[in-house]
Amino acid sequence: MEKWYLMTTVVLIGLTVRWTVSLNSYSGAGKPPMFGDYEAQRHWQEITFNLPIKQWYFNSSDNNLLYWGLDYPPLTAYHSLLCAYVAKVINPDWIALHTSRGYESQAHKLFMRATVLIADLLIYIPAVVLYCCCLKEMSTKKKVANALCILLYPGLILIDYGHFQYNSVSLGFALWGILGVSYHWDLLGSLAFCLALNYKQMELYHSLPFFCFLLGKCFKKGLKGKGLVLLIKLACTVVASFVLCWLPFVTEKEQALQVLRRLFPVDRGLFEDKVANIWCSLSVFLKIKNILPHHTQIKISFCFTLLSLLPACIKLIFQPSPKGFRYTLVTCALSFFLFSFQVHEKSILLVSLPVCLVLNEIPFMSTWFLLVSTFSMLPLLLKDDLLMPTVVTVMAFFIACATSFSIFGKTSEEELQLKSFSISVRKYLPCFTFLPRVIQRLFLMSVITMVLLTLMTVTLDPPQKFPDLFSVLVCFVSCLKFLFFLVYFNIIIMWDSKSRRNQKKTD
Amino acid sequence: MAALGVATSGGNWFSALALGVTLLKCLLIPTYHSTDFEVHRNWLAITHSLPVSQWYYEETSEWTLDYPPFFAWFEYALSHVAKYFDQEMLNVQNLNYASSKTLLFQRFSVIFTDILFVYAVHECCKCIDGKKSGKELTEKPKFILSVLLLWNFGLLIVDHIHFQYNGFLMGLMLLSIARLFQKRHMEGALLFAVLLHFKHIYLYVAPAYGLYLLRSYCFTANKPDGSVRWNSFSFFRLISLGLIVFLVSALSLGPFLALSQLPQVFSRLFPFKRGLCHAYWAPNFWALYNALDKVLSVIGLKLKLLDPNKIPKASMTSGLVQQFEHTVLPSVTPLVTLICTLIAILPSIFCLWFKPQGPKGFLRCLILCALSSFMFGWHVHEKAILLAILPMSLLSVGKAGDASIFLILTTTGHYSLFPLLFTAPELPIKILLMLLFTVYSISSLKTLFRKEKPLFNWMETFYLLGLGPLEVFCEFVFPFTSWKLKYSFLPLLLTSAYCAVGITYAWFKLYVSVLTDPPVSKTKKQ
Repeated sequence: MEKWYLMTTVVLIGLTVRWTVSLNSYSGAGKPPMFGDYEAQRHWQEITFNLPIKQWYFNSSDNNLLYWGLDYPPLTAYHSLLCAYVAKVINPDWIALHTSRGYESQAHKLFMRATVLIADLLIYIPAVVLYCCCLKEMSTKKKVANALCILLYPGLILIDYGHFQYNSVSLGFALWGILGVSYHWDLLGSLAFCLALNYKQMELYHSLPFFCFLLGKCFKKGLKGKGLVLLIKLACTVVASFVLCWLPFVTEKEQALQVLRRLFPVDRGLFEDKVANIWCSLSVFLKIKNILPHHTQIKISFCFTLLSLLPACIKLIFQPSPKGFRYTLVTCALSFFLFSFQVHEKSILLVSLPVCLVLNEIPFMSTWFLLVSTFSMLPLLLKDDLLMPTVVTVMAFFIACATSFSIFGKTSEEELQLKSFSISVRKYLPCFTFLPRVIQRLFLMSVITMVLLTLMTVTLDPPQKFPDLFSVLVCFVSCLKFLFFLVYFNIIIMWDSKSRRNQKKTD
Repeated sequence: MAALGVATSGGNWFSALALGVTLLKCLLIPTYHSTDFEVHRNWLAITHSLPVSQWYYEETSEWTLDYPPFFAWFEYALSHVAKYFDQEMLNVQNLNYASSKTLLFQRFSVIFTDILFVYAVHECCKCIDGKKSGKELTEKPKFILSVLLLWNFGLLIVDHIHFQYNGFLMGLMLLSIARLFQKRHMEGALLFAVLLHFKHIYLYVAPAYGLYLLRSYCFTANKPDGSVRWNSFSFFRLISLGLIVFLVSALSLGPFLALSQLPQVFSRLFPFKRGLCHAYWAPNFWALYNALDKVLSVIGLKLKLLDPNKIPKASMTSGLVQQFEHTVLPSVTPLVTLICTLIAILPSIFCLWFKPQGPKGFLRCLILCALSSFMFGWHVHEKAILLAILPMSLLSVGKAGDASIFLILTTTGHYSLFPLLFTAPELPIKILLMLLFTVYSISSLKTLFRKEKPLFNWMETFYLLGLGPLEVFCEFVFPFTSWKLKYSFLPLLLTSAYCAVGITYAWFKLYVSVLTDPPVSKTKKQ
């Protein structure tokens, strides 16, 4: 690569922004008794370091599961343990059993932030750089610009370096998985994805497209010959990597069941806090949580999720292609986010990752989606006192996207990948030519509502009757937009091959 | 926001660069700020709550007003915005007051006044000839120059972390240079005169301005061999220049003259009681001199040539501004430094007179003036290196030889700013930003001049690479060794001595190139 230095510059910019954001406050700073995710991660270090592995997921006098009990898969626990060993060397007080609860200091914050940066630097950032370098039919400059935009995506930066989590680890592994299976390293790809799954169970949002894509590949090679071999190899890889990660827990049935119960807390309700998904938005009009019995809620959400992601998945099985795979990742993750049970607002990051990957194909819509996704987390970010970094990083991201893709010039049907869809609609509705214009208007309106709502949330006090008025509004508005995006991405997937056939005809 | 996007989407890379760096500055708001933050808060309070007659007498805080009157008026103007943020910061008695609103206001005031700097960079980019412009945007000299100036590492950390207002002052200087390039001499002179009354450190480069304007503006023609044609002297131009300088000075100092406070003002502006070197040694000639003295004294003690009881205990790097007594070498007085500085400046001035090369020659002379005073001046701050680095950026995109000097000067000069930020959270920031700027400047200039000979010889490469191990030693190894208590000055001494070598080398190389360059009139075909 002749312009390696530009890529280096871009990575350094990404790192600088990450570290400067990390100087800000974190979730639950100085808010006893429960604090926030920062304390949760510290607490896990304390637990994993001081307790034997068999007790990690069990309630005991030393491990009160109600106080940030471990509820992520084993890989997260191992990561915590690793960090704890480092912490032990620097200052044993940080992870002392019981006494370290709610520990906060400038040095400790620095340590925790550094662990995030190192994990990010080792896993997520190399994956992004490699992904951009592997892109085809693009000039080096475009590749670099693409990497800049992905690295500047504000949602991930703000949650990992502001709020405090390690999403870049699981998303990074998932990205390695995507890279692997897209470039015919199927086994390594599935291994990477298994690691992602074992780091955060939320990666299940991505699992169906992986499954369908790999299955489709096997079908394509013929289930009686090479396909079967590949399928067996894949199955072995997945089973082996899972067993390896779960080794201390699979020996006893009770252990494994307890971990699973911790990972999937079905009794925690349909949604938590304010999420920009269907159920939370519906609850404005209809309190589903209270009307329907618990198991019905689970069934309904399951059915809706399945229905909304089925078409794209079926299509992927029969026509597996890296491009289709990326778009299916988007729609599947988005369906899960919108319809599934027990969704967190941060789960939108799982949708944002695949959207980042299609940034170069549909820059206008992707930028729009990524802006909305960051906006949907506004209540959370405001609670963490992250207004300033949010505004700044969002603007930086927007400028980066606008300059590197000149997105406003790319709103024709062709560039929105809606050409074939429009052509098929025009067979019935000849006057259907207004789509690009409508989308432009919608974008403008959406940006205006987002800016206005942000301003209102920041400056106005909500009426006493509805203390959550603004956060509910934010979620509702974002949810509407996400529904629109779900339809849009499904259209792209469904009309994809037709356009290719048309192109071949015209060629 | 949409309008902003439209503005940037039209291929307007300059505004994207400027906005990008502005946003980065906003992200730096929560970082560490030095005592200069309190200095400027105190000046806000003084100018806001006291009558003009007391500005230069007030001494409740140890950070008395020691900038020229225009800067005081600038603070006065700012204070009228500040009162809408937090009235309390304008109270002279409120020492070390730093509420979050005060912080926000002060930080934003720096970011906001940087608009002048951005404009100046924009004007400077117009002045350089884009003949060599490649096909790609990132390889155009204008693009590279604007990155080098807008994203300058030194300005970012000195202004937006450490806290100062160098951005808009540098903006004034760059703007006046740009005006001289555009043949708008009067405007350039006016801007520089105003600048002098904002911050008197720019006196260092005043000789270059004075002589250039006299030689190339007041004398309107040259003989064919390039020497001055004495009868072409325009008296009118000299008078108008003088009038500008006089009027600006009258505006600035007049009120204090009327109050007969001029001696007091000057005693504040030129505090010769301070030591030879700033608390941390700026990497100049005296740093080498002091380092040599220290080494000699240690050797002397080891060999029992010196009596330990006679050695003054004051350590120069203990953090306070204090006098330092040399143990072996003769002590240095302000007069000596003044003479050294003048001697160092003289050749470049002669060059400007006898070998006029238009604005480019002036720029070289200006950089030499700044560098020479940095090398030999009394009580030089390490930040003063920016005075040479920023104008040097303009030269760097023009010629491979200049680019090479620029890179050595910038990299060492910037590295020498590291001790300004000594807190742990800022460590990654300074390393990342430094890497960002250094990687970009070296690689982009290498790409720009790839058809010419390599920018560095093996010795220079080796020297620059040595900065890495030096940083690792000073920040990551040294604090964990047993020397930490006994030789606490060692990292600073190493840093400044190591950087002093590079800067001296760059200064010397630039001097050689200026003195040996053939006059431009012979090389250029008219």
